[in-house]
Amino acid sequence: MPSRDEIFEKVKTALIDALGVDDDEVTPGATMVGDLGAESIDFLDIVFRLEKSFGIKIPRGELFPEDVLSSTEFVSNGKVNAAGLAALKARMPFYDLTKFEQNPSVQNFPNMLTVEDMVRYVQSKVGH
Amino acid sequence: MRWFWIDRFDEFVRNRHAVAVKNVSLAEEHLHDHFPGAALMPNSLIVEGMAQTAGLLVADAIDYNRRVVLAKVAGAEFYFDAVPGDTIRFRAEILDLKPAGSFTKVSSTVDERLQGEAELFFAHLEPGEGVPKLFEPDELLKWLDQMHIYDIGRDESGQPLQRPDW
Repeated sequence: MPSRDEIFEKVKTALIDALGVDDDEVTPGATMVGDLGAESIDFLDIVFRLEKSFGIKIPRGELFPEDVLSSTEFVSNGKVNAAGLAALKARMPFYDLTKFEQNPSVQNFPNMLTVEDMVRYVQSKVGH
Repeated sequence: MRWFWIDRFDEFVRNRHAVAVKNVSLAEEHLHDHFPGAALMPNSLIVEGMAQTAGLLVADAIDYNRRVVLAKVAGAEFYFDAVPGDTIRFRAEILDLKPAGSFTKVSSTVDERLQGEAELFFAHLEPGEGVPKLFEPDELLKWLDQMHIYDIGRDESGQPLQRPDW
């Protein structure tokens, strides 16, 4: 199983290639959308690159839960409700949702994802 | 009128790769001002040719049942300019294909010299996902005929592609 640092380096390469960002911009705390400028199509690009780089399969909705965030069951008045937060936690235990829970507005979700979240996600996939 | 940035396919292997040809000619009006006395094929239009080569390969791979839209150009690099008289060969390869999108790599060569290369991402959209209908079926079929896809196309086992009955 690759070490956390090895995973970080490969995630970093994938993000540099997918987003055209500089090496030093990809820090663990950098946010995918706010700091690195990722747009929705970039998440598909990142999925392709992570799958190839790590030899893993990433089901649709696992890295970016667009189905939960657009569901009337899980979203009320533009905010993810308690059931939605439970669904996100169950689906994505690798994400730290602490900050998001303070203001679970749907539009805040992409802004809270960090490089470290990507690393933890890959760790969860290669660890099994 | 449509923009046609490839003239024909020379190779087309379903789900795998395709090679298309583009002859650059001074008869093309867009070269007259780009640039007077020193015409060269804009690399932005070479990307269009790359996208048409890869886009038709992808559209065929998913039976033309979704709208294949160029969503992202990643890492495009060009090494020299193509000029009137040059024949550009585009080689597209499908690296990965999912229901929602595809990841392709395309190169352009002139006289076997690498002129450019790019990674192209296509989104596969359902009707109603914000993109108008791109083609009428008969119009698309005419284009595919013009591109000789059903003359030279093969499936992965080497059998000729069947021309669809639209």
